[in-house]
Amino acid sequence: MTDTVKIKIDGIEVKLEKNASILDAAKQLNIKIPTLCHHEDLCVAGNCRVCVVEQEGVHNLVPSCSTPALDGMIIHTMTPKVRKARKDLIALLVSEHNTQCTTCYRSKNCELQDLAAEYNIDNEVYLSVLKPSKVDRSSWSIEKDDSKCIRCQRCVRTCAELQHVNALDVAYRGKDMKISTFMDLHMNEVVCVNCGQCIIHCPTGALTERRYYDNIWDAIGDPKKHVIINTAPSVRVALGETLGFPVGTRVTKKMVTALKKIGFDAVLDTDFAADVTILEEGHELLHRLKRVFVDKEKVSLPMITSCSPGWVKFIEHMYPNYLSHLSTCKSPQQMFGALAKTYYAKKKGIDPKDIVSVAGMPCSAKKYEANRPEMKSSGYNDVDAGLTTREIGHMIKETGVDFLSLEETEFDSLMGESSGAGVIFGATGGVMEAALRTVYEVVTGREVPFKNLNITPVRGLKGVKEATIKIENCVPAFSFLEGVELKIAIAHGLINARIVMDQVEKGTSPYHFIEIMACPGGCIGGGGQPIPTNCEIRQKRIDAIYEEDANMPVRKSHEVKEVQELYRDFLKEPLGQKSHHLLHTKYTKRNRY
Amino acid sequence: MEIKALIFKLAEKYGRKRENLIPILQGVVQEERYISDEAMVEIARQLDISAAQVYGTCTFYSFLNTKPKGKYIIRVCETIVCDMRGKKEVISTLEDLLKIKIGETTHNKRFSLLKTECLGWCHKGPVMLVNDEVYTELTPEKIRNIIAKYKENIN
Repeated sequence: MTDTVKIKIDGIEVKLEKNASILDAAKQLNIKIPTLCHHEDLCVAGNCRVCVVEQEGVHNLVPSCSTPALDGMIIHTMTPKVRKARKDLIALLVSEHNTQCTTCYRSKNCELQDLAAEYNIDNEVYLSVLKPSKVDRSSWSIEKDDSKCIRCQRCVRTCAELQHVNALDVAYRGKDMKISTFMDLHMNEVVCVNCGQCIIHCPTGALTERRYYDNIWDAIGDPKKHVIINTAPSVRVALGETLGFPVGTRVTKKMVTALKKIGFDAVLDTDFAADVTILEEGHELLHRLKRVFVDKEKVSLPMITSCSPGWVKFIEHMYPNYLSHLSTCKSPQQMFGALAKTYYAKKKGIDPKDIVSVAGMPCSAKKYEANRPEMKSSGYNDVDAGLTTREIGHMIKETGVDFLSLEETEFDSLMGESSGAGVIFGATGGVMEAALRTVYEVVTGREVPFKNLNITPVRGLKGVKEATIKIENCVPAFSFLEGVELKIAIAHGLINARIVMDQVEKGTSPYHFIEIMACPGGCIGGGGQPIPTNCEIRQKRIDAIYEEDANMPVRKSHEVKEVQELYRDFLKEPLGQKSHHLLHTKYTKRNRY
Repeated sequence: MEIKALIFKLAEKYGRKRENLIPILQGVVQEERYISDEAMVEIARQLDISAAQVYGTCTFYSFLNTKPKGKYIIRVCETIVCDMRGKKEVISTLEDLLKIKIGETTHNKRFSLLKTECLGWCHKGPVMLVNDEVYTELTPEKIRNIIAKYKENIN
């Protein structure tokens, strides 16, 4: 038995690893086979059949995604029989589909629309058998429109394989088959954590984010309102994709210009709030460690990050008895919102009721988070609306500006300065790295012992990463940590969160501090990011994030001048009374079922 | 038996793996004649899977009822051979006798009337099932006798 097989596709011989599919072989030869239910992130389903090809000696056409390449196979990808079958399949899908593409949010970014165009589908082949259905707009984050669903089950596989939430599953059978929640309940009534991974894996417009940009346009048009936006780190490395730049292009300063052209009164940086998060969360960790090592108290360790609202809702549903392990810090978005309507309003002399605070996020769960009832610590809605990277892309397109040739502008001041540590929040491991850069220095008075501050063990796309950092030669205030080996772990994608949480549940978790992000790859792979998103794209966005960090003049959260100013003039100290009121929060136990 | 206790008993009997889901669901149907929302949630809890997965399985199989049903569930074969051999008359006779339409249950919760896919008795159509019992070569006369027999069981 050899480990490789040889097959012939369209007359060209190709050598493959065993267990590869015909589709893999075609990709290797740059032969395009259309797919719909297939997605690199997910297991093979083989239910849409548009990837059929002809295999010599086999009567029926075979699906190339789920047929393993066997030695000696001869495959034809473009015979009249194949073409006719694909065209029929696509036409049948179209006949069940709500084809009002002109009013669809995913128009021009829809795999079915693309295929229908490529194969010249006209509506005369099959009559429309579209079933009436109602759009589910119950969730703050996710809109579900069954009339656009092609039942490829990518969302079901995403919710199961990547996130282990299983809020969506297949219900009924045959022509009645549909993608459904438990008892077909509304999306806001089930265990959905709003991560939006189903959205970025949906080939059509069946699952999309709830859109709020019309409200923002209205606010911008209202002269009484002071409309501000803060943009998350991973928006700047992905927004370009929606506007014609190659994947992995950093468009930070062009984005600022474009947002100003849209009419935002100030364009500020979520990274500023990320830096504040590091100061608060870093000190919270040290505070917990002190209570363990000095006061010998029983304190919940490991402490786990709370920046990702999808993850927060996940732990509330799945591990409700372990909420004390979550850092009490709000996410950067919510810290920003609370500070915008207090600190920023005061400094600018604007009545907070006239401020409309918008967050530009790579995330759909942020929309839900902004509407959590406890997020009103400024006395108003701390965040008025969360927009996804895609929505921002749409707004910029609406302005008609030529994004590619825009000049570059810096973020506005007061809450616009930030560090490289704030930027890397966007990638898995980034919060951990940012926290270590500050915590290590607070404790020892020295920089972290890694070349150029790059803590490489916490970087990369491995599902669960771990590292140990030995703390030595502490400053006197932290002598209790002398010789301690700080154990840390990072998980991204909720299936990996389960792995580390099961340890916590069993009491076998060896860590002091864990970073968890709901989405694979961290925020750069968030549910609000441009579609498509896959492994290769995630890696390119991550590379761009670290490049952005490396190019920042300030790389550590505690060295950002505007952050120092905030503590000097307003908050006084991390974990102080004001911080406690504005920047920290509490969590809610929820049902798993 | 209380539903939670029943499901616990079934889970103990069949096991708590994903593949034990169907026997457990069948066990619930046998006792309760249908699987309530509450039962689905409890099964999900016992098997450590999501409630949506239990719901998906229940709705896939037509013998796993998710709505309350009568004591006797009548299923008339609706596929082509039975259709050609007089399915329509079977249904109209049953609707007339029971005073309910397809999909409904009688007020006294004795009978539910449903349609089903092929039962594999095409050579003896039209056919129907009453719970697990098959009745073949049906005529209005035969149906009246069968229903009368089940009605007598009331006492």
